[in-house]
Amino acid sequence: MSVKTFAGGVHPPYYKELSASSQIEDLPAPQQVIIPLIQHIGAPCQPTVEAGDEVAMGEVVGDTDAFVSAPVHASVSGTVKEIGETALPDGRKVQAIIIESDGEDRISGEAALQQQRTLQSMNADDIRDAVRKAGIVGMGGAAFPTHVKYSPPPETDIDTIILNGCECEPFLTCDHRIMLEEADEIVSGLQAIMKACGAERGLIGIEDNKPDAVEAMREAVRDHPYQVEVLETKYPEGAEKQLIDALLGREVPSGGLPLDIGVVVNNVATAVAVSRAVKRAEPLTKRVVTVTGDAVKQPKNVRVRVGAPIRQLLEASGGFSEAPARIISGGPMMGTAIYDLDIPITKGTSGIVALSHQLAADASEEACIRCARCVEACPISLMPLYLAEYDQESALQYNPLDCIECGSCSYVCPSNRQLVQRIRLTKATAQAEQEDSS
Amino acid sequence: MLPAVITLMGLGLLFGAGLAFASRVLAVKRDERVEAIEEVLPGANCGACGFAGCSALSEALVEGEADVQACPVGDSEALARVAEILGQEADLGASRQVAKVRCRGTEDAAETRFSYAGIKDCQAAGAIAGGHKVCEHGCLGMGSCVQACPFDCMYMKDGVPVVVEEDCTGCGNCVEACPRSIIELAAEDQPVFLYCVSTAGPREARQACSNACMGCGLCARTCEQDAIEMQDNLPVFDFDKCNACGACVEACPTDALGQPPVLREAAGSSE
Repeated sequence: MSVKTFAGGVHPPYYKELSASSQIEDLPAPQQVIIPLIQHIGAPCQPTVEAGDEVAMGEVVGDTDAFVSAPVHASVSGTVKEIGETALPDGRKVQAIIIESDGEDRISGEAALQQQRTLQSMNADDIRDAVRKAGIVGMGGAAFPTHVKYSPPPETDIDTIILNGCECEPFLTCDHRIMLEEADEIVSGLQAIMKACGAERGLIGIEDNKPDAVEAMREAVRDHPYQVEVLETKYPEGAEKQLIDALLGREVPSGGLPLDIGVVVNNVATAVAVSRAVKRAEPLTKRVVTVTGDAVKQPKNVRVRVGAPIRQLLEASGGFSEAPARIISGGPMMGTAIYDLDIPITKGTSGIVALSHQLAADASEEACIRCARCVEACPISLMPLYLAEYDQESALQYNPLDCIECGSCSYVCPSNRQLVQRIRLTKATAQAEQEDSS
Repeated sequence: MLPAVITLMGLGLLFGAGLAFASRVLAVKRDERVEAIEEVLPGANCGACGFAGCSALSEALVEGEADVQACPVGDSEALARVAEILGQEADLGASRQVAKVRCRGTEDAAETRFSYAGIKDCQAAGAIAGGHKVCEHGCLGMGSCVQACPFDCMYMKDGVPVVVEEDCTGCGNCVEACPRSIIELAAEDQPVFLYCVSTAGPREARQACSNACMGCGLCARTCEQDAIEMQDNLPVFDFDKCNACGACVEACPTDALGQPPVLREAAGSSE
């Protein structure tokens, strides 16, 4: 069987066996949820409730008129304790609605009313509207508002929808489990996405280290005209642009979006959320998160409320087997280390990885030896060593804004250079220059 | 043998005459004052004057495009020489400007939220979760200012930069390098200096750093000259009223206020 792939990339150890065989476990509502008013790329929401209000599960608690944004919903029923502030896993401090749960999980009336709907009775605008109302954002990690992806400029035609089941980040297995346990829901989500975008072709891309998921998805699409494609297990196979390149051989232009070449890529978890939003007007209030790492007692996949504290997930996994050196939100390649276990799970949180001192050893940084391994590894064909130069004037010539911060360069660097962090500085400078000139 | 010697001598004379002619006729006319000024200037090419370096400033001075005191680095002697070469008067009454770091958030004093293991660069450190220190205003301690100092007169001590004020030339490169804008140029003999930029309220400031200005206003109440006014939880000084008595520094319950090293030394030697 030939497998498709892209140029560049790295092969980190995957450690997926820690949690791959653990079935998704539903966690009960925590006593209190913290719903950040910005969990996506785009404009922040404004609170639509006040302290002291009673809210039902699924009720909108924050919304905005901005197009590139997504509303946020109460993920438990109960009382709004306060409109306060929280840190996000990436460290930003944002406004948040803090809700005390009454433990009843009452569903809001509006959502209950609309529970009978079929895809046949809906047109593209209805689907987009349902997706926006449900507050769906990309669940692979980037958290880009999903309805925006389905709204191309008038001159663009979308011909292909790709569902991303690669899950190329080491350790993470939540998408893998979703493909095994909710394959039909994924396919029904794909149907809705195809209709919303008017696309003819539907593909599901899965890395070849998940043969059971490939089989499950092939079984689920048997009566549908969709294809399941097997890709090489390589990081970052699941990066949007690399996936399009591997499956279709099309290149997203520099500074452009997949929309520009007629493609929409959604994570498989996003497809599940879309299916639920379309069929049952169900807002995005829960998500599957992998709790794993060699410092966690029982690595597992859990379905938790958006806004649940990270502490709840770790406690559900039996706590730490040893004091962790790092706790990462997301995967180890692109995730961010967190310093506070009361930070909430957001719509984009795919994993909580606790690593031991052995796996997360601090390596001392040495000088660049110009070996160009980072150049070989870069999936965008950039030259990370030049982008990471202290002299930003010269670094700006090497297209810093095309970097997707996948971390392949930092991973392969024999001198342990913290290339991505340096490139981020260059990108910030480039961004500022671009804004100045426009 | 002889023809060869004569030929070579002839050639030598010919080329020599050619060079002598060229050096007269094709000579580049350069104002002698440019070279004279360049010799007087510090020669560090730090760029603090806004020109490309000392040589560029010298030319600008001679052409009248730069002020006689454009070099902020040169001492009064050097500026006087420049003025002399240009035949102008220099006003040298103003006191020397030096860089002062408005933060005493040392490792012992400032609380941290997490340990930072990234690259040694203040901008990069500040970009990660708003910095590793609890205080969102103060020094990040990665030493970007020290790296930027072209005169080697800054060093890191206990996690914050220290300026060797007697060597500081006031070029301002460190001021530019600091992403938190906590370094400023001030008169070397300014009678009192506030070593904190935190506008946080008393509780918050105290929790973040034991050397922080809490905005308690004790300095303002103590001042007999009425030279201190509180704004945004920080004292603002009116140096026209200040008589340098030092009562506010004494009164400050934290280490947020201090007297400049030159005054401290002067006071120490007179005792």
